[in-house]
Amino acid sequence: MTDWRFMLHQLRRNPLSLAGIIIILIFVIVAVFAPLIAPTPDGQRDAYQIPRDGYSPIPQPPSGEHYFGTTEGQYDIFYGVVWGARSAFKVGLAVIGIVLVIGIVLGSLAGYFGGIIDEVIMRVTDVFLAFPSLILAMAITAALGPSLRSVLIAITVVSWPAYARLIRGDILAIREEDYVEAARGVGASHLRIIGRHILPNSIYPALIMASLDIGAVVLSAAALSFLGLGVPEGYADWGQMIQFARNWIVGPPGNPLAYWYTVVIPGLFILFFVLGWNLLGDAFRDILDPRLARR
Amino acid sequence: MELRAYIIRRLILLIPVMFGVSLLIFGVVQFFSPVQRATLYVSDPRQLAHLDEVVDKYGLNDPFWEQYGTWLNQLFHGNLGWSKIVAAPVGEAILKFLPTSLELALFAAPLIIIGGIFLGSKAAANKDKAIDHVSRVGAIIGWSLPTFWLGLVLLMVFYGYFRGLLPPERLSTEMNLLVNSDSFHQYTHLHTVDAILNGNLRVLGDSLRHLVLPVITLTVVNLAFVMRLMRSSMLESLGKGYVLTARAKGLDERTVVNKHARRNALIPVLTISGYLFAAIVSGVVITETIFNFKGLGWLAWQSAVHLDIPTVLGFALFTATVFVLANLVVDLLYARIDPRVRLGGRAK
Repeated sequence: MTDWRFMLHQLRRNPLSLAGIIIILIFVIVAVFAPLIAPTPDGQRDAYQIPRDGYSPIPQPPSGEHYFGTTEGQYDIFYGVVWGARSAFKVGLAVIGIVLVIGIVLGSLAGYFGGIIDEVIMRVTDVFLAFPSLILAMAITAALGPSLRSVLIAITVVSWPAYARLIRGDILAIREEDYVEAARGVGASHLRIIGRHILPNSIYPALIMASLDIGAVVLSAAALSFLGLGVPEGYADWGQMIQFARNWIVGPPGNPLAYWYTVVIPGLFILFFVLGWNLLGDAFRDILDPRLARR
Repeated sequence: MELRAYIIRRLILLIPVMFGVSLLIFGVVQFFSPVQRATLYVSDPRQLAHLDEVVDKYGLNDPFWEQYGTWLNQLFHGNLGWSKIVAAPVGEAILKFLPTSLELALFAAPLIIIGGIFLGSKAAANKDKAIDHVSRVGAIIGWSLPTFWLGLVLLMVFYGYFRGLLPPERLSTEMNLLVNSDSFHQYTHLHTVDAILNGNLRVLGDSLRHLVLPVITLTVVNLAFVMRLMRSSMLESLGKGYVLTARAKGLDERTVVNKHARRNALIPVLTISGYLFAAIVSGVVITETIFNFKGLGWLAWQSAVHLDIPTVLGFALFTATVFVLANLVVDLLYARIDPRVRLGGRAK
């Protein structure tokens, strides 16, 4: 696989992609060691629930007790953003995993068999792609009620069509190759041809692109939470923490930026998380683009 | 004549898409129990005691297909249902909120498209030089920014720190009264256009002041996307044989870049304008929500949060229609820009 060596070489050469990898690694560490970085208070059953320090509606500035301050309703911002990193990986990995399975199954069916199967699957994706995904996701989360599961389902439902189309395209390109014809000639079953000959030769680019979409998925999930259609109140989630900050963007007279920490801190976490994936994605896009590569 | 047949055929294709979209939303609504949906029809607390009657009256316990049939039948009679949020028929509600979003898009779209094309081709023409790196990093950051957070930070600075310099909402209270008074004639309901037609500079200034932040918010994220696409398509086009030919025959670099390379590089950008449209609509939902800029996006958000199903359905059908029409226009433009493209399939 000289391709992999080439890819690694390109990645190392590009400082931006290195920055992306470092950012993602930091988030992985924060997510994995969340119980050590922000220990769950004794007696609390659900670790993803942000602990509260009283019920005062006014946010409190950063202090020794609350490193990043508290939001309205006294949710601890530090605890929220650290465990929010875990929620982000949970949502991102789960959605991309499910969407890839759906995309590979439907994409191979459509691309390999063609004909009526292809037509039906593609018309269904047309319907899904015919209107803004955010609206559909909003309707679905509203219908299913606020929970992390609803967010997962909503984003999965709106994002599978794009992957199904992408993978179908890749398979179409390879279906007529000589070695596929040869496999067919010696009497291999459809399942074997797809699984052993077509998929291994066609889906790596799609797999890589999809996994780099984790940033985009987390951004959508945060937007849903921000709109009040995501996770239940108090769940460690970056989007919701910004939702808490909405009423506090302007401070009291004389000190307009008094509550900056409620807005800025959770936002920076989302920004850097998505930025990490996009930096890496941008580098890969150049590497995988056959029109630009190896010039 | 061929063109007309092509347009008609494309419009007919709209029907199955609409059918699918409505079926999809209708399917989502079925997650609610009949009683839950019945409460949506209740306007008087006393009726809550008789929810069964409401369920019976609106046929909420009927099989899925019957309910869908009823809704479809109503739709064919021009009835999209009653919007609880606006307290008006859904069709009317959409028309009422449309101008606000249109005004926002009218200012943001040219910035996104022209700005993106300009910056993208600049970056490609100066590949691996400072301008390319700066615009590349700028684009990646812009595109990683959560729209809702960017909006809030902008408000924090320009509304909070600079004491109401660039405020949220669409007009100040005073101007709002003026716009809705008899002395101001609302021709289009686009405040900036109406202000010019009325010759009222104060309304024009005020509405522009309110437009700045939403337009910036909407532009930043989408501009990055167009720019990146334009850059890679321009790079490809600069490597083509005809560019080499143009250079070889001694054309100056400006003509080569602007005429030979850029025009061909525009085609992929055009292709994704449909996608861009969808992105702007999603962006509009979040932008309008943050800035309390009450247009269609704000309406969609309110109706989704308050489970105003007829309004959500109406909005979905509306955006799907506009989306399909936008794609049709793109295809027609396509044929104008690229002489190799022939509409209606077979080339002769």
